[in-house]
Amino acid sequence: MCPPARTPTEQEIHGRQGRTITDHDAHEINRVEELSYDLKVRDVMTAALKTASPDMPLSRVLEILRLNRISGLLVVENEQLVGVLSLEDIVRALQKNELTAPTSRYMTRDVVTVASYDSIVKAISTFTEKQLGRLPVIDENHNLVGMITKGDITRGILVALQKDYKTEEVRRYRASHLFEDIISERTTLVLRYTIKAGDFTQGGKASSYIKRALLRLGADPQITRRCCIAVYEAEMNLIIHSTNGGILKLEVEPHRISMSATDEGPGIPDTEQVFEPGYSTATEQVREMGFGAGMGLVNMKRCVDEIKLESTVGKGSRLVMRIFIPNQTVGVSRDGQTDEPSTDH
Amino acid sequence: MHLKDIIQLVDGTPLNPQVDMNIKIRGGIGADLMSDVLASSQPKAVLLTGLTNPQVVRTAQIAEFRAIILVRGKQPQAETLAIATQENMPLISSPFGMFELCGRLRQAGLPSFESNVSSS
Repeated sequence: MCPPARTPTEQEIHGRQGRTITDHDAHEINRVEELSYDLKVRDVMTAALKTASPDMPLSRVLEILRLNRISGLLVVENEQLVGVLSLEDIVRALQKNELTAPTSRYMTRDVVTVASYDSIVKAISTFTEKQLGRLPVIDENHNLVGMITKGDITRGILVALQKDYKTEEVRRYRASHLFEDIISERTTLVLRYTIKAGDFTQGGKASSYIKRALLRLGADPQITRRCCIAVYEAEMNLIIHSTNGGILKLEVEPHRISMSATDEGPGIPDTEQVFEPGYSTATEQVREMGFGAGMGLVNMKRCVDEIKLESTVGKGSRLVMRIFIPNQTVGVSRDGQTDEPSTDH
Repeated sequence: MHLKDIIQLVDGTPLNPQVDMNIKIRGGIGADLMSDVLASSQPKAVLLTGLTNPQVVRTAQIAEFRAIILVRGKQPQAETLAIATQENMPLISSPFGMFELCGRLRQAGLPSFESNVSSS
């Protein structure tokens, strides 16, 4: 499965150009940028180093570079970093025909280093500022512990991104195969939400969690949509009509999704009438919010395969809806699932 | 139709420009009754509405809309804007009224995604 192609952010196209980071930019920070702060120099550097000594002839250094296919070496004396020697230095020596000269004559002594505990973003900015190709890495005690190149950084980020991707894949796989992995006579996943009466600001939050959960479980998008429209109407009904709120419950099984909305009042006098399009008892305030058009239960009925409303005035109401899943859209086959949908809950 | 083209057509102001506006819109629906929206919509459309409460965003999200345009230059409630941004739902304000907006978008070739009563 391929991740969807991402459109580049404004900042990726135009660059930050030395501006300070605004809230808007912060929102745009992508995973690669995040990684450049999260990853430390020690995570990506090369630790096993080829080094040269100051008195080593350049011809010998050239041989080490050639054999290891690298373009520069650190020069170390008594475990202390004393310089860096790159191919360019060797070219300079070649021009003067001085390949037998000791390394110390051509090496750069003023060495720019980076600390192993720094973020790689620090290394990146040093690379850019100083126009260098490699940086020796030192630890807290200023001991040489490795070397970092731009290639190491690219590789480190790529490996980290790949790890991210794999983790995400595994997570998705686990969720969508939940029902296959757990063996029981009847596996049911129950999602339960307490809905407060009159809490319009939170209205729809449970339904949007349910939507995410169903998609995560690998449910068919069409079924998810039907299910979510139905639970959303039910959730809003609890907010609008119930006395003390209620419970919204979703039970996911491989072959069906059952939804229920239960409250403790006020109860509905006529449970047939509420299914008539346009019948509504909603207040003016609720109508102003775009609800209460008397289409809620009509809508729910349209979305589900089975709907049952029980209510006692003064005691409460219970709405149960079911959607049957034709085949393995929730990630499992119906093998052995011959039981008729029961009404128990 | 690209959302960016729609924004131009309706002289719109993106209210949460930090969300991804680089999306395609397949059709449109104009409604102030959320139940109508839930009853008649098809996914991937833009919702034209005069309502500004958080339920507009929730409804749009549940019914799989791709963007919301608030008519007559209405400004959303703070929660509405917060939820829209959190749920990555583009929220656009347009100075035009509902009729004018529907006309403009239809004329530009955006199909109606409202299903008729008989077919719903």
